[in-house]
Amino acid sequence: MTVVFLLILVSLVVALGFLAAFLWAVRSGQYDDDYTPSVRILFDEKQTEND
Amino acid sequence: MTAANPTGSGEKRLRIADQTACYHCGEPCPASPVVYDEKHFCCEGCRTVFDILNNNGLCQYYQIDENAGVSLRGKSKEEYAYLDEPDVRSRLVDFTDGERTRVRFFLPQIHCASCIWLLENLYKLNDGIVASQVNFLKKEIYLTFLEEKTTLRKVVELLSSIGYAPAINLGSLDKEKRPVTDRSFTYKLGVAGFAFGNIMLLSFPEYLGLEKDQDSYFFQFFGYLNIFLSIPVVFYSGSDYFRSAWLGLKNKELTIDVPLALGILVYFIRSAYEILSHSEAGYMDSLAGLVFFLLVGKWFQQRTYHHISFERDYRSYFPVAARRKQDGQERPVSLDLLEPGDVIVVRHGELIPADAVILRGEARIDYSFVTGEAQPVLLPAGEKVFAGGRQQGATLELSLTKRVAQSYLTQLWNEEAFAKKQEMQASRLANQIGKYFTITILLIGVAALVYWLPRDATRAINAFTAVLIVACPCAVALAIPFIFGNVLRILGRHQFYLKNTNVVEAMRSVTKLVVDKTGTITTRMKGDLDFMGEPPLTLEEQAGLQTIASQSVHPLSQLIRLHFEHQGIPPLENTRLSGWEEFTGRGIAGVVDGIPYRLGSPEFIGVTADEGEAQDSGIWVEINGIVRGYFAVTQYLRPGTEALIHALREMGEVALLSGDNEREREQLTPLFEGAGQMHFRMSPKEKLQFVKRLQEEGAQVMMIGDGLNDAGALKQSNLGIVITEDTNNFTPASDAILHASSYTRLPQLLRFARKSVHLVYGAYGFALVYNLIGLSFAVQGALSPLVAAILMPLSSVTIVLFGLVGSNLLARRFHL
Repeated sequence: MTVVFLLILVSLVVALGFLAAFLWAVRSGQYDDDYTPSVRILFDEKQTEND
Repeated sequence: MTAANPTGSGEKRLRIADQTACYHCGEPCPASPVVYDEKHFCCEGCRTVFDILNNNGLCQYYQIDENAGVSLRGKSKEEYAYLDEPDVRSRLVDFTDGERTRVRFFLPQIHCASCIWLLENLYKLNDGIVASQVNFLKKEIYLTFLEEKTTLRKVVELLSSIGYAPAINLGSLDKEKRPVTDRSFTYKLGVAGFAFGNIMLLSFPEYLGLEKDQDSYFFQFFGYLNIFLSIPVVFYSGSDYFRSAWLGLKNKELTIDVPLALGILVYFIRSAYEILSHSEAGYMDSLAGLVFFLLVGKWFQQRTYHHISFERDYRSYFPVAARRKQDGQERPVSLDLLEPGDVIVVRHGELIPADAVILRGEARIDYSFVTGEAQPVLLPAGEKVFAGGRQQGATLELSLTKRVAQSYLTQLWNEEAFAKKQEMQASRLANQIGKYFTITILLIGVAALVYWLPRDATRAINAFTAVLIVACPCAVALAIPFIFGNVLRILGRHQFYLKNTNVVEAMRSVTKLVVDKTGTITTRMKGDLDFMGEPPLTLEEQAGLQTIASQSVHPLSQLIRLHFEHQGIPPLENTRLSGWEEFTGRGIAGVVDGIPYRLGSPEFIGVTADEGEAQDSGIWVEINGIVRGYFAVTQYLRPGTEALIHALREMGEVALLSGDNEREREQLTPLFEGAGQMHFRMSPKEKLQFVKRLQEEGAQVMMIGDGLNDAGALKQSNLGIVITEDTNNFTPASDAILHASSYTRLPQLLRFARKSVHLVYGAYGFALVYNLIGLSFAVQGALSPLVAAILMPLSSVTIVLFGLVGSNLLARRFHL
């Protein structure tokens, strides 16, 4: 049964990893604008000849 | 022929106008649209933008959203020479290292997906721009450009040329005032949510009531982990509650945060003690849930309007720079560097930045936004002009007598009312409840303690702490954010934007109301014309006047054009018109079918003072050398004003404050029930004093206004509402902003908001029931973690559901 200790600790480490990912995402500004990216993703880049 | 049968041809033209929408901006095209590349445009401006986009392969703009463009009609081209001044430039940009410069602009025109697409493809129009990103909700663009390839001025001119002129005003020069995105709240919410989920998981064995003796080391291990996970919840996520409770206590106030902070602290200490002493499992799960739900409530309450500013002062109304004349040369200089004695040049449509004396030119100044006077004022050289007025007409040369910040108008901002610190964000209603709540809870807790102490000391402590835990007013604290937060959103859907949820509460206690006239209950934009003169104009004469008026974009000419259009009189073909000329700020003249027409100010026509009392307000008409009379501009009350005043009367006594003259006193008397409630010729300062006097008599004042002249009174009043035709335009600092198109709905909106307070009372009723149930367990010292774990989330969720469903149903009852 002692394996449960290990399991719990591992799962907590994984969860902390997700928390760290969330904090990083907030810090890098991904939560500052929760609307524009949803529009931006729908634009097609078809006029590549101008680039 | 057309003149003889004007109605038929007019209808035909109107029908065509209905059908053709401008390819660029989607607004209906005038009778003779600009045709280019087989597409119809309403004006040259729109065609030019199309041309720019077309030549650069950016026509996808028109496919993302139809008629996406921003209309350029009636907008004069701004000059951006001042952006070359190093002083202005360095204060506008966010960052520069000499090569790359980052700058951010507010673009009020942003309204659709096409806007985002075009603005993020700016590099195709100017290869100096290396990055551009749009924040749609804030209507902002973040630009990075290379200094060696382009300049700030060129970038702004590019934006302006495609219809997205950035809003640059004196206020943009203050960098400190720009809001910094505060992300700490998101961190706190994230941490609390994370801990809540994990603690719940670790508490499951407890919920299931597994045998403790068998695996007791597991329970201990989970308990330690729970303590470890709760520490950041209490001391990081919940830190705001401790801070605010402490602040409240220091001010000798028992705010709602006091019992909250107390509850959180007792929760934590008792749980930690139980876990460390291996006696019980503690309530860490309920604690984390409590903090998480509280923060979610706060988040719901805070999500308001990003692009609307409630804190604007005169600096947001004034431009960045003025043209200073020195040694015969004009150079742009930023407004705060202007000194008394400087000579500046003000052109048609520009703002007078500071009090000054006219050196050269004839002033025709529109003070309507500043003082509430509806009609422009005419002044010859040598007269004084005041800051904030807008020149309409010829170019003026002014000698400044005051600095910008010390002018007559801007001095208003030195008043005490503006020095008032932002009041505490806490809700008054919640704090009133909090006061009684805290006292009651402490009494019950102490009673339980006293009752049990002689019998069973541990049970006494248990009961006392359990009372504090279970009574922690989570449900009370959630009611206001969710109910008023949702009310805010419902009002926002009807273009009535409130600064925060406290404004809803403030509506409840209003006892006196003050209403401004010009621009508030009358419109600034629309007006109708009445022709005064004998004999009345013949059809031919009307058609002639329509022909010369429709050539001009001046607002008064447009008014005449619309007036005739309503009567079904179209302009004649351009071939019948000759010698048309516009005399800026004075009038227009032209020859139609050989007959000379002149239209304009009395001086332009040559009318002397004794010929009419409507001297400065009328548009005079001269046909074939004979003065025929004048068009009187009548201002109209906005439709729905009567209903509004009626609704306001339900809230309290209503008074009218106007900066205008008493011309309309009689017309307004029936509305305001006796002339005593109407005050004319009020200066901005007098308006402020008036509100202050009412407040000294003990009234809670609500003020509805619009212009700069109301700024002081709006700020002084307990609740200031601003009416605006365009929420992107300047509005003085206020608590709420109403879009003029929702004006007729204002009575309903106010009634709805005031009624919504009853929902909060209802939610408090629920909270009371839950608390009584919880307390009945607690005083017996028998609050098990399971009961707490069920009761806490259950009460929170029912309050949230009750608040959201209740406010939506209430809105439906008011047909909103």
